[in-house]
Amino acid sequence: MREITYREAINETYREEMRKDKNIIIFGEDIAQHGGAFGVTKGLLDEFGPERVRNTPISETAIAGAAIGSSIVGLRPIAEFMFDDFLLVAGDQIINQMAKLRYMSGGQLKLPLTLRMPMGGGLSQAAQHAQCLMGVFMNVPGLKIVCPSTPYDAKGIFKSAIKDNNPVLIFEHLMLYENKGEVPEEEYYIPIGKADIKRQGKDITIVAISEMVIKSLNIAKKMEEKGISIEVIDPISLVPLDIETIITSVKKTGKVLVVYGGPKSSGAGTEIVARINEFAFEYLDSPIYRVAEKDAPIPFAPVLEREVLPQEEDIERAVKEIMNL
Amino acid sequence: MEIKLLTSMLETMLKIRMFEENIVKLFKAGELPGWLHVYIGEEAVATGVCLNLTIKDYITSTHRGHGHCIAKGANIKNMMAELYGKKTGCCKGRGGSMHISDASVGILGANGIVGGGIPIATGAALGCQYLKEGRIVVSFFGDGASDEGSFHESLNLASIWKLPVIYVCENNLYAETNPLNMHLNVENIADRAKAYNIPSIIVDGMDVIDVYNKINKVASDIRNGDGPVLVEAKTYRYRGHYEGDPEVYRTKEEVNEWKMKDPILKLEEKIIKERILTLSEIENIKKVVQNEIEEAIEFGRKSPEPLKEEAMDNVYY
Repeated sequence: MREITYREAINETYREEMRKDKNIIIFGEDIAQHGGAFGVTKGLLDEFGPERVRNTPISETAIAGAAIGSSIVGLRPIAEFMFDDFLLVAGDQIINQMAKLRYMSGGQLKLPLTLRMPMGGGLSQAAQHAQCLMGVFMNVPGLKIVCPSTPYDAKGIFKSAIKDNNPVLIFEHLMLYENKGEVPEEEYYIPIGKADIKRQGKDITIVAISEMVIKSLNIAKKMEEKGISIEVIDPISLVPLDIETIITSVKKTGKVLVVYGGPKSSGAGTEIVARINEFAFEYLDSPIYRVAEKDAPIPFAPVLEREVLPQEEDIERAVKEIMNL
Repeated sequence: MEIKLLTSMLETMLKIRMFEENIVKLFKAGELPGWLHVYIGEEAVATGVCLNLTIKDYITSTHRGHGHCIAKGANIKNMMAELYGKKTGCCKGRGGSMHISDASVGILGANGIVGGGIPIATGAALGCQYLKEGRIVVSFFGDGASDEGSFHESLNLASIWKLPVIYVCENNLYAETNPLNMHLNVENIADRAKAYNIPSIIVDGMDVIDVYNKINKVASDIRNGDGPVLVEAKTYRYRGHYEGDPEVYRTKEEVNEWKMKDPILKLEEKIIKERILTLSEIENIKKVVQNEIEEAIEFGRKSPEPLKEEAMDNVYY
């Protein structure tokens, strides 16, 4: 099968869906001529023209409002936020408006919109361009949240997000954009709310989110040589969360490690830990472990950044502790 | 001006006024849950603006939104039931006074966040421009909201993209309890349009005919493809920011002075003077409106509560 990058997979999704549906328009900061801060929307202006591919001013509140309003009156807008940190500038529009209008209107208003944005550290961006904020938005009922980790998933879940009649937030770890992976030429969708078992195993379950899936798979491969069989589950969707697939794995292994970006406390993984406790406590052989960012703003200096962000050796150490190695 | 239009202005303003006079009583009697922010005194604005809109046009409203909703044609039975938190409410009891919406007549929602509706209206205007069905959007908000970032970001975006939206700022002189000269430093809120290179006009928000005529021109320009306009309506709310407001920030004399400019009395005088309707015909309109409101109250009272089992409905599509 052909291999393309994560970035190309998203770009291809835009093209395929925009060719099919004229009511898809896209906008965001620097997405037109420049092709977006990470080049994801390159070439779309040329193909679809300035009515459908728009640069916005640096006005996140207006960007979010444009997505909300245009979706209510019949479009299927896709807005790019340059970094997920900038979602917070539009906090009211996203949290108080976008997430709630459907419910507050008693179901009258429909918001078929998608927000996409890079997240995460690793490039010395320091504390305001490197956060993984999916956990923050998981605390807001009314939003769907997805975090694809591979080019295949990025394309399939984006297709579903565009078709979905709810606001969907797609968090894309910026260290993934260059990654290559198999993506078929034929059309396919990945349903929102379905986890993927990225690697089968029997000794321990790792539930990993976004870029942490890649790191966890590396450790799983490494530990296999030492005779440890690790199952790696990628929820892909955090809201709704496919807890069944996770529970099935936990019942098999009895041991769990949850790995995620964002501060360790009250993060995306915390919810997964809580649900495993709720639904599979009696199957656990040991406490559930977590590997995540240290609870600090992400620092600039490479040596400090590395210290705060979760690394492969942290995952390896946690696996060994759980396995009493 | 034609008789039908003048009568319709009077009917709408009376409907708003009497609806709110009734709900103030119901609220005081403890019949309505939550909070109440009423529009009494400002009726000419919503009425004069919305008479220039069709059912297909859109509005966004505010926490003080009953007037906008009634003027845009919301069903007052369902509005009343919403205030009661009933299953038959326009939002099935999920929104209440501050979040009334009625998609069937283009009301994209009253809004509990000051300035929250302005970006949404701007987005709706983007959709209208793209779909080319001749619809326009009106965003109602107050003087306080003109200090929010959402106002400035929205006007700038609408200006760049030439969006079909009228921003109607109801300047009632107080941002909640904070007087105008304490919360902004321009002579007129309309002046703020200059920063975005969009036209602005000032209307007498206590005179429905002035509002109607000026918006008529603006709306027709926008329907013909002109970009956004900022309208400042100079108006006044007779009651507090919320029901129960001790109103320490203004004098009774000031309130009474504004009441002398009452938009309903002013229109009634004109209508009688010009022999368009007689006093008894006006009394008759009031009777009909009061009956309609009483029916709405009965409907609200007798409607069933939402079912507990339905609390999770419509969180998602």
